[in-house]
Amino acid sequence: MLLALLIWVFTVVIVWMFAGDYWTFPEAINEHGRQYDQHFATTLYITGAIFFVSQIALGWTIFKYRDNGGRATYSHGNNKLEVLWTSAAAVLFIGAVLLSTRIWAGVHLTPPQGEVVEIEAVAKQFLFNFRYAGADGKFGKLDIKQINDAAGNPFGIDEKDPAGKDDVVNSNIRVPKGKPVRLILRSRDVIHNFFVRELRVKQDMVPGMVIPLHFQADKVGKYDVACSELCGLGHHQMRAELEVMEPADFEKWLQEEDAKLKAQ
Amino acid sequence: MTTSQTIKGTPPPPVQEGGWGPDPGKQRRASLTGMYVLFAAITMLFAAFTSALVVRRGLGDDWSGIPVPGILWVSSALIALSSVALEIARRRLLEGERERFTVWWTAGTMLGLLFLGGQTAAWRQLLAQGVYVSTSPGGSFFYLFTVAHAVHVVGGVVALLYIEYQALRLRLGPGKRTAVEVSRLYWHFLAGLWIYLILLFQFWG
Amino acid sequence: MASHATHVHTPPSGFIRKYVFSLDHKVIGKQYYFLALFSVFLGMFLSVLMRFHMTYPDAKVSWFESLWPVGAPGGVMTPELYLSLMTMHGTIMVFFVLTTAPQAGFGNFFLPIQIGAEDMAFPVLNMLSFWTTFLALLVMCAAFFVEGGAPLGGWTAYAPLSALGESAGPGQGMGMNLWILSIALFCGASLMGAINFIATTIDLRVPGMTLMRMPLTCWAWFVTAILSLLGFAVLLSAGILLLMDRTAGSSFFLPAGLVVNDQILDHRGGSPLLWQHLFWFFGHPEVYIAILPGMGLASNVLSVFARKPIFGYKAMVYAILAIGFLGFVVWGHHMFISGMNPYTSIAFSIMTMAIGVPSAIKTFNWVGTLWGAQIRLTTAMLFALGFVSLFVSGGISGIFLGQPGLDLYLHDTYFVVGHFHMIMGVAAIFGMFSGTFFWFPKMFGRMMNETLGKIHFYLTFIGVYAIFTPMHVLGIVGNPRRYADYKTFEFMGQLLNVHTFMTHAAIFTAVVQVLFVINLFWSMKKGAKAPDNPWEATSLEWSIPSPPPFDNFGGKHLTVQHGPYEYAVPGKEKDHVMQVDPA
Repeated sequence: MLLALLIWVFTVVIVWMFAGDYWTFPEAINEHGRQYDQHFATTLYITGAIFFVSQIALGWTIFKYRDNGGRATYSHGNNKLEVLWTSAAAVLFIGAVLLSTRIWAGVHLTPPQGEVVEIEAVAKQFLFNFRYAGADGKFGKLDIKQINDAAGNPFGIDEKDPAGKDDVVNSNIRVPKGKPVRLILRSRDVIHNFFVRELRVKQDMVPGMVIPLHFQADKVGKYDVACSELCGLGHHQMRAELEVMEPADFEKWLQEEDAKLKAQ
Repeated sequence: MTTSQTIKGTPPPPVQEGGWGPDPGKQRRASLTGMYVLFAAITMLFAAFTSALVVRRGLGDDWSGIPVPGILWVSSALIALSSVALEIARRRLLEGERERFTVWWTAGTMLGLLFLGGQTAAWRQLLAQGVYVSTSPGGSFFYLFTVAHAVHVVGGVVALLYIEYQALRLRLGPGKRTAVEVSRLYWHFLAGLWIYLILLFQFWG
Repeated sequence: MASHATHVHTPPSGFIRKYVFSLDHKVIGKQYYFLALFSVFLGMFLSVLMRFHMTYPDAKVSWFESLWPVGAPGGVMTPELYLSLMTMHGTIMVFFVLTTAPQAGFGNFFLPIQIGAEDMAFPVLNMLSFWTTFLALLVMCAAFFVEGGAPLGGWTAYAPLSALGESAGPGQGMGMNLWILSIALFCGASLMGAINFIATTIDLRVPGMTLMRMPLTCWAWFVTAILSLLGFAVLLSAGILLLMDRTAGSSFFLPAGLVVNDQILDHRGGSPLLWQHLFWFFGHPEVYIAILPGMGLASNVLSVFARKPIFGYKAMVYAILAIGFLGFVVWGHHMFISGMNPYTSIAFSIMTMAIGVPSAIKTFNWVGTLWGAQIRLTTAMLFALGFVSLFVSGGISGIFLGQPGLDLYLHDTYFVVGHFHMIMGVAAIFGMFSGTFFWFPKMFGRMMNETLGKIHFYLTFIGVYAIFTPMHVLGIVGNPRRYADYKTFEFMGQLLNVHTFMTHAAIFTAVVQVLFVINLFWSMKKGAKAPDNPWEATSLEWSIPSPPPFDNFGGKHLTVQHGPYEYAVPGKEKDHVMQVDPA
């Protein structure tokens, strides 16, 4: 009795928690993010229905079929029902995953269209760094022996390579609004992760691997980049800022940075 | 449903004094099953190592094998012969020829010990050449595979020596015969595993 | 032969042989049970400390400093101490509780009895297996007491963090070595156990106990043993490789170009993802190792107290087999964002959804079993029903995480923490509680206190929902897991009230567990004497005295004539037909 009641109360409270607006995603700032939210909602409706029906049914059986001194129904099951709910579950589950494949493909399988802004990211315990190719549009070669955080060279840009002279390095990432960005992710020591809630993307940065990630933000603002793979004792402090700028502001910023480098 | 069926067949054997008594047939079957299950576990262990080798070889740009020491081919012959000797011993035992069993079993055990000696010689040779675990991926995998295999062989040799000891004391009762069956199965498995490993080194290492 | 018979059938008389290095599966089962009981309280203690730190990161607690002079200077917990508590909590709970109690504890005690055997197939191996587990636990706990303390890389020990040694942080030195050693020992123990379980199930069944007449508990233990066998062998290999990388200078998991603390490391060619593949090849089946025995037990208990045959016995068996098989082809769903090939992710996600199907079948069949039943709400039944409710709640969130598209955001957030705690943590724990209340009369010959048991159940049931449901919404807001505090990020600071609520719920739930301990130990001494078959159940263990004699069946010859769930049989005087009743 009490148990049935409890299960029903929990079911209603949980449905309220998820259906309500109290705890929810931050507003998405890209097309993928909006598709993500849509598919999340679809999945939430499907699973919410399964959740609600099965918990309510569980509570109902507990309430309804209490021991009253009689005898239970003698039944070993029902093959038709068995086949029915097996196939229903299979169709629902596989259907959900096939629907979500589109979202996955949008991030990982479809190359970005048009003019792409290329940015390199390197993570170390417990900092992110980002690099822009600068005026020449070419990244300088890297040489790990020349890595020097104190001198502002966390990537180890090779001094001998002229293409690297104008590479802009920054500990926050700035991107122009409305332009596709290709982010090349690396790590220097352990596995880190690039996660921006508003972009709805998360990707590990694995030492020894070069992993591309692309996105296109369409809302100006500042957003948190949070490391989401345990990387050591400072994991919780590993933060960078993603700033989505008007394209003109972005160009201006890059040129200023370039000028600073030339002045040195 | 099986629930509606009744059990036909032979009635249960009469109750023995002091309970069922261990049914030697049951215990023997269980021992063999246990051994096959152990093979599955060891196979998984070496399969995991092998998949690590495949991944490591495919991803790294620094793969370099190591020269397979010639003595390993002698080892291979030793363990194969040892396996054959143990099998002959078992057949002699089934025919009731205890003395000839002991001769063949002794031979098999000695060959097994020699195999371990051969492995040790191979390691010494490589170490003398300056091949360590950290030298090259080929070296890492070579020591990994051979040491993991040798650990299993040591376990096998202990079993062979135990049976040898029982045989010399003429104490090979039916219970011990299961031990003979199981130990020789284990030994065949190790021999097969070694052949797989040496081929792996030869063609992939 | 006669000499053997007496050897096997006389119980040993000395204390050591009887209670310490015992060969009796019943004693070993209890040893495992109490080892897990100790571990679960240790693990819970660590989790309460973690929850406390989440809400009050700057609180000064003087005894923190007495316990961890380095980790909590001045009584304030450092991030590295938090992470090592987290790592140890996960490791102890997964290995020494979830893998140990339901399988090695209850399984050792009841598998032989339920199939009509006098003991496990290999009693000496069984004893070795327990004492190796014990040693593994000691080594694991020792990690707290070495320089640098316990490791901080999480129970998944991702390389390179786990492979770098001390330079990766305190606890990654000696502490991590002990961790690997302990896990390797545990693997060995689990392999021994698995061999025993499989051989026993295959070869020691009593006449008439066909495979399709085994109680579902036996099926679950059998399939779990197969999963352990294949999974732990691979984890052992991974542990060996990791140890070689750490101590012998090999490069299995360490790639070229590592720069740690401005030092260039002399490694090249290894793959961090290789560790993840090997680990999760074990790690995913491990989830089922934890939950399958609980599923078997819940099925059993539901049928007994519903006084009704289990709905779709065959479907239940096939579902267990399907879960066992599919459990080995879904490990990649832990790695969607790891940098693995995106096409591989899609393949793994389809497999993952496929494994949801047998899980759903089991849930439907449980509800089907209750339909038209005569439910007796004993404490064991309450916990089994609680198990079903938690299994549904925890399983549902898996449908989100199994889709790589949705995992893109939810991965490594509290959503995942909520998901696996619900389904693999507390659902499995509820299975253990249910098993304890159900089998206690048989194990100790006395009944547990039902009133205290029910109070404990209701408070725990409320408690666990209160702890783990909010984790899901934290995940939706985007709160990452394994963060020692939330000061760096503004949006996480706003979630503090949710964290505070969870912390209080966790402390409440932990305190409630005292009721269980009191009930357990009080009932062992003072509980009412248990009859042979207090629950009017049908399987073999209820046809022998409580507690069972040394050789279980006292030399009687049994033949099994019936299936395991013959309740409410029409035309019979009693409402149940025991498996050993005449045909």
